[in-house]
Amino acid sequence: MASGSLTSLHVGESQEEGGALVTSVDAVVNWARRNSIWPLPLGLSCCAIEFMATAASRFDMARFGAEVARFSPKQADLMLVAGTLTYKMGEACRRLYDQMAEPKWVIAMGACASTGGMFRSYPVMQGIDHVIPVDYYIPGCPPRPEMVLNAIIHLQKTISEERSHKRLQLTSILGGGEKEE
Amino acid sequence: MSESTSAATGESPQSESPTESAAVQAIRARWGADVDLAEENRGQWRVELRRREPLNDIVDHLVEEPSLRFDFCVDVTALDHYGEEPRFRAVYVLRSMQLREDLVLKVPVPEEDCWAPSLTGRFRTADWLEREAYDMFGITFRGHPNMIRILMPDIFEDHPLRKDFPMEGRMTDQEWAEWIIARAQREEA
Ligand code: SF4
Repeated sequence: MASGSLTSLHVGESQEEGGALVTSVDAVVNWARRNSIWPLPLGLSCCAIEFMATAASRFDMARFGAEVARFSPKQADLMLVAGTLTYKMGEACRRLYDQMAEPKWVIAMGACASTGGMFRSYPVMQGIDHVIPVDYYIPGCPPRPEMVLNAIIHLQKTISEERSHKRLQLTSILGGGEKEE
Repeated sequence: MSESTSAATGESPQSESPTESAAVQAIRARWGADVDLAEENRGQWRVELRRREPLNDIVDHLVEEPSLRFDFCVDVTALDHYGEEPRFRAVYVLRSMQLREDLVLKVPVPEEDCWAPSLTGRFRTADWLEREAYDMFGITFRGHPNMIRILMPDIFEDHPLRKDFPMEGRMTDQEWAEWIIARAQREEA
């Protein structure tokens, strides 16, 4: 959205004296980012049911600005991998991640997404962090909706501490792949 | 006689007469030398054959015979009797809507000559079922138009439902991840 003009504001500043301005830009940009984390729910198995509960009215993810589940990766900020990632699905997971526009974050929801869970077997990837970088892991089988909300709140804290313009480099170091733009 | 027995097999408890169903009798009449064993289990008859070659003829007969009409292929799968000879069995489950009964046909498949007859010429449902059996057990179905894996990815080399396959597989997560990322990025380009 407005990120183009904000980036150029920063680039115009030199490193030593840009502090005050950049901090406030960070604050504004991060404020917008952390209160509109649109998730891409990659519901792979039973954890997805718990994600639905999180999104529905009783637990109401909308209180944290994360209610707009997007089923197109290009419109999402947060990949919420809820369930068991098989090797065959790994490719789709990675491609979806690559198609998401920066800035983007990943939450591994549940034991399966974090470590493979109880499935130490030939088709199951032992944790999605083999193919995509993960920001938060949620334990549990399945995790309670409160834990998903907790992870989102933690992610909001992380986002508000980030340098808004550094995000691109950060993810590409982690293997975030090619930027779409 | 055959009429009454086929009706009786519907819900017969173990104590009732073990008279063979019409389908089993029809198989015995023509291929009696190939029948190894015919057993009933809760109203469902299972016929084990001594060799796999006559299977297609038997199925053709079961489908076309007006008093039988086994016109639905419920399942095609396999069994691994690891340590025995022959090692595998290919299992075909047919259903007759007319008689309201199922029939299980089993043929032996030795490991070194690992093929079984395909029912795809007769039933289109057999297509994916046989691909699954091939994927999981490594049994090639002769006559199948597209004998490739259906569940596991193409680089997978094993047949995981074989009893000597290690549960956790032979490829490491690192190898899988490399393959996954390479594929994801190649197709994107
Ligand atoms: S962690 Fe448990 S609930 Fe979640 S996907 Fe795995 S098995 Fe299902």
